[in-house]
Amino acid sequence: MHPALQGLITIIVGVGGCVGYFYFSNQFLDRVLFPATGKNAGRNINRANQIRPWLFLFPALFALGLYLAYPVFATLWLSLTDRDAGGAFVGLANYRQMFDEPKFWEAMYNNMLWLIVVPAFSTGFGLLAAQLTDRISWGNVAKSLIFMPMAISFVGAAVIWKLVYDTRPVNQDQIGVLNAVWLTFDGGLFSVLVLKLIPALVLIVFAAFLAYSVFQMARSLIRGGHSHSATPWWGLVMRGLLALIAVWLIWLSLGSIVSLAGAALPYGEPQTWLTIPFWNSFFLMAVLVWIQTGFAMVILSAALRGIPEESIEAAVIDGANPFQIFFRIKVPQIMGTIVVVWTTITIVVLKVFDIVFAMTNGQWETQVLANYMYDKLFRANDWGVGSASAMIIMLLVTPILAWNVYNARKETR
Amino acid sequence: MHVSSKKSPLTWAVHISVVVLVALWLFPTVGLFVSSFRTADQIANTGWWKALFTQERQAPAIRIAGNETEIDGQFVITGTLFDNDKVEISKWGTSSRAPEAYEPGETVDVGDDASLTVAADGAFRLAAPESFGDSRLPRVFTTATAPPEFTLQNYRFVLFDPGNREGMAKAFFNTLTVTIPATIIPIVIAAFAAYALAWMRFPGRSLLIAAVVGLLVVPLQLALIPLLRLHNEIGIGKGYLGVWLAHTGFGLPLAIYLLRNYMVGLPRDIIENARVDGATDFQIFVKIILPLSFPALASFAIFQFLWTWNDLLVALVFLIDSTGETTVMTKQIVELLGTRGGNWEILATSAFVSIAVPLVVFFAMQKYLVRGLLAGSVK
Repeated sequence: MHPALQGLITIIVGVGGCVGYFYFSNQFLDRVLFPATGKNAGRNINRANQIRPWLFLFPALFALGLYLAYPVFATLWLSLTDRDAGGAFVGLANYRQMFDEPKFWEAMYNNMLWLIVVPAFSTGFGLLAAQLTDRISWGNVAKSLIFMPMAISFVGAAVIWKLVYDTRPVNQDQIGVLNAVWLTFDGGLFSVLVLKLIPALVLIVFAAFLAYSVFQMARSLIRGGHSHSATPWWGLVMRGLLALIAVWLIWLSLGSIVSLAGAALPYGEPQTWLTIPFWNSFFLMAVLVWIQTGFAMVILSAALRGIPEESIEAAVIDGANPFQIFFRIKVPQIMGTIVVVWTTITIVVLKVFDIVFAMTNGQWETQVLANYMYDKLFRANDWGVGSASAMIIMLLVTPILAWNVYNARKETR
Repeated sequence: MHVSSKKSPLTWAVHISVVVLVALWLFPTVGLFVSSFRTADQIANTGWWKALFTQERQAPAIRIAGNETEIDGQFVITGTLFDNDKVEISKWGTSSRAPEAYEPGETVDVGDDASLTVAADGAFRLAAPESFGDSRLPRVFTTATAPPEFTLQNYRFVLFDPGNREGMAKAFFNTLTVTIPATIIPIVIAAFAAYALAWMRFPGRSLLIAAVVGLLVVPLQLALIPLLRLHNEIGIGKGYLGVWLAHTGFGLPLAIYLLRNYMVGLPRDIIENARVDGATDFQIFVKIILPLSFPALASFAIFQFLWTWNDLLVALVFLIDSTGETTVMTKQIVELLGTRGGNWEILATSAFVSIAVPLVVFFAMQKYLVRGLLAGSVK
């Protein structure tokens, strides 16, 4: 049968089946099981109304249970068993094997970088774009153009960016934009300014900002420790974790400054960007930042518009300049939304697969967890280790999951 | 307004920054778009940004061809090198070692007593005292300024050429076959569930809502192996049915979440009144809730459409078997990246074919997409 015809039949059967199920199960409930007639009419109506929600919910609950909840446990079980031994229980052997693989740690390390860089830059650019476009007449057009990459598939984006990163031999015209730009640098004063001083300056500002945040956090912890501890224990753990990450980032950026200052950049030579270890991960991240910025911008722009006018007017009357208004008045008021955007992008990053799969397939030290997992599951056919790495992804998502559920519970109560 | 007059020095900076941002964000996509209208040769030789302007470049060698005529005891072949009459040759040559040896209009000896003249507009005249017969005619290398030139040839090749085994036509219809049921079915199922969660009272309701929120972020990576095994055991195997079911399952949490949030906000009076008038839950749902929820339904439909159209992983695992008959566009492009990594005209065109539909949907229904995003993430 032709797939299109099959699709059409499925739509009709699927949709018709769903609607039919809802309609007839309702009829059955009201007419046959608990008819609203006879001497038990009142009791029957109540009974029917108790059962009806579950009729409405059943297909959804069934699909959710089968396609999302069950696999979590099944994967957990698979990660503890050995497929070759007929599914025998092997304890943590798969995890031990995985932890011994350098490729896994490479994927972990890269994933951590992705987790920091992509949400930070997407949210940052998104905030910038939201703030700027809100102030001009053609802002809506600008917004929808920046938002557009959201509609493009990761694979399509991979092709788009591979063209940007394309490399030709030295004596030919470069057809990749990045190399064409790169070849305009010749090692003169301008190159040093753009490629060394400005990045170093950005990194210094970044490190200083982090150091300041850590300092503030430590001070509030020390001060809060004496009086009363309003924050629960997990709040302290989270803060400690954040502080550790921040210290690691400061260390990274200081290291980069030193290596950048000493590096002899290969001016005039076209680069194969995706094969330069460590930096190639950033070229892949740029693709996701490009896609996610629009999302961050749309949400943050709505949040910015929701800020009450009075607070801004008051600040203007008090003589605040635009930068102060933005950082001291607006940003604190939309902090909650920034956190939501950040966590949403974090989840996207944890699942990122297509970009790496299509652009480098994890070669040249660009491996990430999701692609590592795919490699293990479908290329090496090692279900044990593959499931173990899937569980690692699940573990990384869990704090966000718990946080979301906690918030949802608070809201519905 | 003194506030706005104070802002004016900054306004220019804002305008320029936005222009730069938009240009940066648009540049990569435009590159792909422009490239898809260029020939392989043009793409390989110059950056796409130069394609928009008249430019001077070395054209690949053209072998002279034509019928010879006998004029005054000489055998002559005349003709023109280019079909395009706006080309202007600045230098030409007859060997790859010296492709810029001669000026236009110059007459040179090309061996065997033959002489060749190439004019600036590409017209040539090859003359010799003896007939050329079946001998190979000389090649001409030109350096010429040519106006921008675009072609639809790539699209014809990628979409309509029956001889092209890596064409996108079949993959396009396969993607469509995956997408439409995978968008519609979860909407129907989720709408009923969302109504129950929003407007019906029963024990465990808030627990279920929390569970849906939790399932929103469960990575679908976990589902791959257990479900593939399940599909194989119950006989679905790899195929459309499996991928439809999988997309339905993975899309449901967002669908229920979005629709419930929207339905909860509908005015209580309407529903209470209908209840008092004796409407059953089923009637309330079909006649009141569904029509009023159209914006939320539309938002989710767009999400699910974009997500299933652009998906690679679910299709790889649940759909595409070893025969490759059911390949989708994303998979096809990944294949092309592997086998035709250098053929940018094919890659760019294929990628653009797959991007075009989501882009149209995006620009046509952006309003609903934004609304859905806002409802889905701002809490």
